Amino acid sequence: MTQDQDPRSLATPDRQLLMDRSVPGRRGVRLPDLDVPAEPLPDASLLRDDLPLPELSQPEVVRYFTRLSQLNYSIDTQFYPLGSCTMKYNPKINDQVASLPGMANLHPLAPPEAAQGALKLMHRLQTYLCEASGMSAASLATLAGAQGELAGVLMIRAYHRSRDDAARRVMLIPDSAHGTNPASAAMAGFEVVSIPSDSRGNMDLAALRKAAGPGLAGLMLTLPSTLGLFETSILEVCEAVHHAGGLVYGDGANMNALLGQAKFGDLGFDVIHINLHKTFSTPHGGGGPGAGPVCAGPRLAPFLPAPVVEEDASTSSGSYRLATPPQSIGKVGAFHGNFGVLVRAYAYIRSLGGEGLRAVSEDAVLNANYLQARLRDDYDLACERLCMHEVVLSANRQKKQGVKGLDIAKRLLDYGFHAPTMYFPLIVDEALMIEPTETESKETLDAFADAMLSIAKEAEETPDVVRNAPHTTSVSRLDEARAARQPDLRWRPRPLG
Amino acid sequence: MTTPYTPYTPNTDADRQAMLKAIGVSSVADLFQDIPAAYRRPPLDLPSPLSELELRRELEALAAQNRHAGMGPSFLGAGAYNHFVPAVSQAIISRGEFLTAYTPYQAEVSQGTLQVTYELQSLTCQLLDMEVANAGMYEGASALAEAALMACRVTHRYRVAYRDTLSPAYRAVVATYTAPHGIGLYPVGPRDALKPDTACLIVQHPNFFGYLEDLAILGKTAHDAGALLVVSADPTAAALFKAPGGYGADIVTAEGQPLGIPLSFGGPYIGLFTCKSQYLRQMPGRIVGRTVDTQGRTAYVLTLQTREQHIRRERATSNICTSEALLGLMVVVYLATLGKQGLRQVAELGYHKAHYAASLIGKLPGYNLPIQGTFFQEFAVQCPRPPREINAALLERGIIGGLDISDAYPNGMLLCVTEMNTREEIEALVKGLAEIAGE
Repeated sequence: MTQDQDPRSLATPDRQLLMDRSVPGRRGVRLPDLDVPAEPLPDASLLRDDLPLPELSQPEVVRYFTRLSQLNYSIDTQFYPLGSCTMKYNPKINDQVASLPGMANLHPLAPPEAAQGALKLMHRLQTYLCEASGMSAASLATLAGAQGELAGVLMIRAYHRSRDDAARRVMLIPDSAHGTNPASAAMAGFEVVSIPSDSRGNMDLAALRKAAGPGLAGLMLTLPSTLGLFETSILEVCEAVHHAGGLVYGDGANMNALLGQAKFGDLGFDVIHINLHKTFSTPHGGGGPGAGPVCAGPRLAPFLPAPVVEEDASTSSGSYRLATPPQSIGKVGAFHGNFGVLVRAYAYIRSLGGEGLRAVSEDAVLNANYLQARLRDDYDLACERLCMHEVVLSANRQKKQGVKGLDIAKRLLDYGFHAPTMYFPLIVDEALMIEPTETESKETLDAFADAMLSIAKEAEETPDVVRNAPHTTSVSRLDEARAARQPDLRWRPRPLG
Repeated sequence: MTTPYTPYTPNTDADRQAMLKAIGVSSVADLFQDIPAAYRRPPLDLPSPLSELELRRELEALAAQNRHAGMGPSFLGAGAYNHFVPAVSQAIISRGEFLTAYTPYQAEVSQGTLQVTYELQSLTCQLLDMEVANAGMYEGASALAEAALMACRVTHRYRVAYRDTLSPAYRAVVATYTAPHGIGLYPVGPRDALKPDTACLIVQHPNFFGYLEDLAILGKTAHDAGALLVVSADPTAAALFKAPGGYGADIVTAEGQPLGIPLSFGGPYIGLFTCKSQYLRQMPGRIVGRTVDTQGRTAYVLTLQTREQHIRRERATSNICTSEALLGLMVVVYLATLGKQGLRQVAELGYHKAHYAASLIGKLPGYNLPIQGTFFQEFAVQCPRPPREINAALLERGIIGGLDISDAYPNGMLLCVTEMNTREEIEALVKGLAEIAGE
């Protein structure tokens, strides 16, 4: 096809958009008739004359979206070993209880006496997350992991300013960090300084000490790291930052490895965020909603984002209310957090208990190390040591045969598996980051490992099969350059003729 | 050692032994040897596990302590609106293929999510009458805050004006996001000029009190000063009233919750984010584009990613990672199901019912409507007694009243009426207000 051709002329009927399916006069649902006297509408100049929205009947709507759903891979249908995303099974009971009318239909501004069940649940969840992380206070207000990061570093900023120490503007971040860390630090007004990793995948302690000068505000550290490794010098790292007057921020994205194994607060972290959509099993929804509660140690607790839930000690029956911490960084959303996600995380913790959560981290780490053991002869490891919840491979060996990490990822789709995270962390060439989670069986891990070994063999013997993958999906590789060069970002009426 | 049973983990002790052998260690504890010894396996003091049956009972008991909007008349709005959600929505979003997928990094096996997101971008643009939209932000207030930051990037100016009828919660979130950059925030009245070097004028439309702003004049004020017009819109109102794009707004954000998302005590929601296409490359968030595959078939893919944190790191347009995709799906399903006629009908029902309520309340002794102008489905009322007392007395009658806005208007209450409120409910509210005034 030519560059100028309208791509929709090649769309299969399944892929036609709502506006192209629209037929004037069709409606998908009946609404009640007006039961009060009609008020005259205001002057026509204030009114909308045309509303270009689709018109479809209900069966058309249901079939369209159901067919679209079948074009997705998901945890419910496939093994989804997307590293650093903790794609574990999402228990169905958690969705059911979050949909109870008392939860799903509760207005955020309902008076506290009409929302005691919701506030009690949030208060308990704050307590549970503090217990799991070893921190002293929590706010559930932050709406995603990245917003939790932003809130955490804003708290560090507010702390230094409260001590007339505003000249501390440097935020140290290891080179293995997720991109949100430097982006969050920049949004909080910090200057980002990258710290290299050493050959074992730990932070370079000498470089850290050198960078920890009088301008140091803090360090953002993911534990375990994005290499899937526990920072063996963690105590020295925290000590070095504190010694220089900085504070330590913990990115809890990989907390699934630590449940009941180690606590951030014990290790010296001052503030962390937790991804409820990873460690605490809430569904990822195709890219949200998540929730990124922030947990703080004693020094930073007064700065937590608003609101937090407090128990009113003055009443004997125990009543709960929303409150603003004394030196809060302020509000980060209009209301109180992603409550529907909080309910699911609460239900998850209640269904497993402390021993169950510890079993989660054990099986998550065991499964990752098992995959590492099964794959290490045929793929290079980013670091030769035991891993935590995920294993990072490098496709360097295959690249010499003309097969890139990207190709291997795409070929896995043909085998019925979602691909690992590719080309991340940035410090590993041809990285393939595999996180199996604890909810996969040994049979599934073996099937995946067999597929990886088979692809390694294909890379040697029939590399074109891998280079041209995927072959079995609804579409083949996409023209991403065209998408970026000629942005087509919305439906427009079909040109006449 | 026997690992405790959980219903979500398949490994048996036999599996574990086989796996440990393959790894070459003797116990699971050996896998955690990188943790400093004194810090390993701390106590985890959490309640004992519940069976699924017990869990459901516990959550039902907690839910029963909430008085939700389905239990009786409720007249709360102020940024979260009680609207009818068709059954189709729950059926579609419960599909595991949508619910349990993640960000569509592997486009070949994510075409469902990607096409839905393209639909969201399209319908958002069409509803708000704007040129381009992203895939979604966290919710309305932080979307507006990101719009203010974007306006500063576009104009290279570091002051932000806002109409003083902006929601206090939204103003607070904008302050949280702008403060670290030394951006000065200041309020303006309807006819005020802007200070020099103002990046944008933020207007909520309809405003926090439910009334239409004069976007034509405010747009001129902004543009004459070289500033952008940033509008925080109610998407339902855009089905009845001329949309913000028609007034030349440069960036329009909206809380997507009214479009088929449950109240859920404030979240998860979705922020809708649109702008003029000339500002596309300064837009935060994910964007999906239409392209073709190697065989020329139509397909969708994440695009323009060089704006984003995973590529650009500290120089990204934002740190945002999510697009609230499942909520975006809910919005698209809602708009597809209600369609052109249904959404207009929802907007008109709210308009007529709210005006009916306002006309009755305005005639009650002791009550009056302090704001002149055209309102949509919310309006301010001045009450004869503190709204707190009135709401408590309404609650005794099984009615959730309006939001206390006595900091803006003495004894002020903000009431919202939507298609969910029947004539009987409205009249019960009016009767209750009349009785309470005389108590």
